[in-house]
Amino acid sequence: MKNSISQIKKALIEKKISVGELYDEYLAKAKSGNNNSFNLVIDKENNISSINYSQNRYDNGNPLPLDGIPLGIKDLFCTKGIRTTASSKILSNFIPNYESFVTQQLLNDGSIFIGKNNCDEFAMGSSNETSYFGPVINPWKSKNSQKDNLVPGGSSGGSAAAVAEGSCVASMGTDTGGSIRQPASLCGIVGLKPTFGSCSRWGIVAFASSLDQAGPLTNCVEDAAYILNSINKHDFNDSTCSNHQREDYLIDINNSLENKIKIGIPSDYLEDVSEDILNQIDNTKKALSKHGIEFVDVEFKTTEYALSTYYILAPAEASSNLARYDGVRYGVREDGESLDDIYLNSRTKGFGDEVTRRILIGAYVLSAGYYDAYYRQAQKVRRLIKNDFQRILNEVDFILTPTTPNEAFKIGDKLDPISMYKNDIYTVPTSLAGLPGISIPSGLSKNGLPLGVQFIGNYFKEKTLLQLAALAEKELSFNE
Amino acid sequence: MSNNWEMVIGLEVHAQLKTSSKLFSSSPNQFGSEPNENVNFIDSGMPGMLPVMNFGCIEMAIKTGYALNFKINKYSVFERKNYFYPDLPQGYQISQFEFPILSEGYINIDSVDNQKKIRIERAHLEQDAGKSIHDIDPKYSFIDLNRVGTPLLEIVSYPDLSSADEVINYMSSLRQLLMYIDVCDGNMQEGSLRADVNLSVRKKGQELGTRCEIKNLNSFKFIKQAIEYEFQRQINIIDGGGEIEQNTMLFDTSTGETRAMRSKEFSHDYRYFPDPDLLPVNLSQEQIDKIKPLVGELPQDKLNKYVHNYSLDKEIAKIIIAEKQNANLFEKMISETTVKPKFIAAWLVGDIFAFIKENNLEVNNLNDKTKDITDLLRLISDDVISNKAGKEILPKVLNGEGKPSELVKELGLEQVSDSVELEKIIDDALVGEEENILKFQGGSDRVLGYFVGKCLKATKGKGNPKLINKILLERLKK
Repeated sequence: MKNSISQIKKALIEKKISVGELYDEYLAKAKSGNNNSFNLVIDKENNISSINYSQNRYDNGNPLPLDGIPLGIKDLFCTKGIRTTASSKILSNFIPNYESFVTQQLLNDGSIFIGKNNCDEFAMGSSNETSYFGPVINPWKSKNSQKDNLVPGGSSGGSAAAVAEGSCVASMGTDTGGSIRQPASLCGIVGLKPTFGSCSRWGIVAFASSLDQAGPLTNCVEDAAYILNSINKHDFNDSTCSNHQREDYLIDINNSLENKIKIGIPSDYLEDVSEDILNQIDNTKKALSKHGIEFVDVEFKTTEYALSTYYILAPAEASSNLARYDGVRYGVREDGESLDDIYLNSRTKGFGDEVTRRILIGAYVLSAGYYDAYYRQAQKVRRLIKNDFQRILNEVDFILTPTTPNEAFKIGDKLDPISMYKNDIYTVPTSLAGLPGISIPSGLSKNGLPLGVQFIGNYFKEKTLLQLAALAEKELSFNE
Repeated sequence: MSNNWEMVIGLEVHAQLKTSSKLFSSSPNQFGSEPNENVNFIDSGMPGMLPVMNFGCIEMAIKTGYALNFKINKYSVFERKNYFYPDLPQGYQISQFEFPILSEGYINIDSVDNQKKIRIERAHLEQDAGKSIHDIDPKYSFIDLNRVGTPLLEIVSYPDLSSADEVINYMSSLRQLLMYIDVCDGNMQEGSLRADVNLSVRKKGQELGTRCEIKNLNSFKFIKQAIEYEFQRQINIIDGGGEIEQNTMLFDTSTGETRAMRSKEFSHDYRYFPDPDLLPVNLSQEQIDKIKPLVGELPQDKLNKYVHNYSLDKEIAKIIIAEKQNANLFEKMISETTVKPKFIAAWLVGDIFAFIKENNLEVNNLNDKTKDITDLLRLISDDVISNKAGKEILPKVLNGEGKPSELVKELGLEQVSDSVELEKIIDDALVGEEENILKFQGGSDRVLGYFVGKCLKATKGKGNPKLINKILLERLKK
């Protein structure tokens, strides 16, 4: 069993380990790991003052909430003075002079960054195979073929693999259509995507602004609450960041839910799924029924439209968000004879195939003559999807779904973009609705690979969502 | 013959708003800084940076809405206009497209014989771009991002204008109004106010022709030249059997000619869509109402007041209201004295403006001299000194060389208004003038002038002419 944040803090408080020793332990794993989960690791000497300050706070008996905790940070968060690449060639030399809002909160709470986690290029991908720095390997192997390298999921694949392999205590990821929850599921860890508008997007390399949301990938639900407490704050510099009153997500995490809970299971999500996946839902249902939780069947009317809607809106926003990478002011410039050549060369050579594909799709759906048929129509459908979720969340407190339609697959196995996109079929609708979702490990497949289930709550109901997930986690624990 | 032809013109005016910071970032909004001095991470389009709306720009747009008779929209949306250019760091300009903040306004302008109503389709907020500088180095272009993100209000008229003069009148009325409500400094040389001119030609009474857009004109002179050149160019093409292509034109200020920059087939597809980083602007009626008192008196209100309450000639009133600072100075003087406004106005547009012009001053430079000026005008209107003496003292007063009453004494310019003294002088002057006296009594008025002149000369110009006149008439009629 990997140590949770509260266990590590206890050890630090009781002086069983020092902050420096803790860092050494995780750094050694991060450096020796052969899963390619980091784009960059930070040597101890570069963190030595943070480590010393942290140790002092422990010595003085007033540690901060995340004091000394080694964290991985997806290479999509701008980190001051530390190279931030979005796993793209075009930003492969970019060192920001500012710290993202979210990572600043984590630093303020005493955590120490061990490195920048590999991810899909500009967070576009579901297998972490689109990274300029090469694919990440899932620490899990199928019991039938130990030598096959499997994908960790994506786009926060490096974050998920790093937490699963034990080279950081937790990692900050981002989720646009499932990029936290799907890799968490495939790597057997916990992944939380908060409500859109909970955590500031300021300083996160943008993919699709109306969908991007930061969230933690952790070993346990309680750790997710630790991180959420730190990062879930209002930020005036992000106009889409909500200014509602935040709660303490940690304090009641292990208390039973106060009211009688009703959970809906969307029957339309479970058509044509494998026995492995059905088992996850059945196990979860059985485990929670013991606690008096009621399960009912619900049915969405919009599920079949979600993926196409997502693959219009997200690329549309991306095509515009990525326009700033032109080789003019920062990043990699490929020279040319004319201005247009500089743009063409820098962007053609700077972006990988998946990013190029999505920019082209995005430019197409926004172009004159196609805008109404694609972009505007997709916005309308997005509204219907939101309404669909609201209808169901008026009847039930939470929704239970599989996180992914399948276990981790082999690197290089899914060459066709559409079959890759289908990996996000259970996470994309929640993202479009802006609702919070958490994936927790629910069991192993026949091949001995981890699978997860997703709980979806209403807007800003992270507190009860985490309580429910913590309860389910206790029942479903499958640790090696 | 261009006699049968008429031009149809619509104007897109870009007004830079006088906010202290930019539309979506906290960088200073000011002209004349060192290159790239007023640039932060948002302006330079760094990864992960997000725009935050400056509400001051919304307030200025609302003010403009009141001044230009617009419908002020409670709901407006910022969208992204996507195109690549090195002085556009984000790769898109944030602008309003489908839902502008202002729609359907108008202003009245002076036209050939009467006032003409020019309808305005819309006005929307948007970011300005930076500047590319191509003439420093033979190989490289240089980019100055200071102007990036400066708030612009783009004011789009209907094609209601039909001559260069009307365009100038429209543009100067807009400039005047925007300066009155304090949203734009009106400095065209610095680019605070620029116009794109959309012009087409047609034979009188016929349907609209194909238009060309002349971009980025920043002086009245260039606007007039460009319109006249473009008008003739289009007529020549049609008369020569050709057709007008819908082009975007540049005006070459050195040759006075317009030339095509790009044709419609190469026009950009800007792929507008709502900016997902920003929420739509939702204004309450209270928020809009709150701005109304800040609009203040507009030029037309002042004109009416000056003509009807202060009995000013319309032409003089117009000169005073042309710029808000003139009107402010005028009204300050009125509030400080009982001298008649009409008398003040005559001196203001006459000798005082002439002094300002000769000395390259700003009207505002005189704001702390108004008491001295009105004291001087008091002396003149009370006949303590003559008009001529007033003109002599005025520059000294404006230069701050002394108080009017002291200067009058110092220079010995006080008028002789003592009738006993004047009677004596007049009596002396009439000695030996029997012949002329008879002429006057025989009906020759000209002789009166001769006598007044003689008496004034005897007082060394200090005699009160009105009084001399009066006494002379009494004597002569005897």
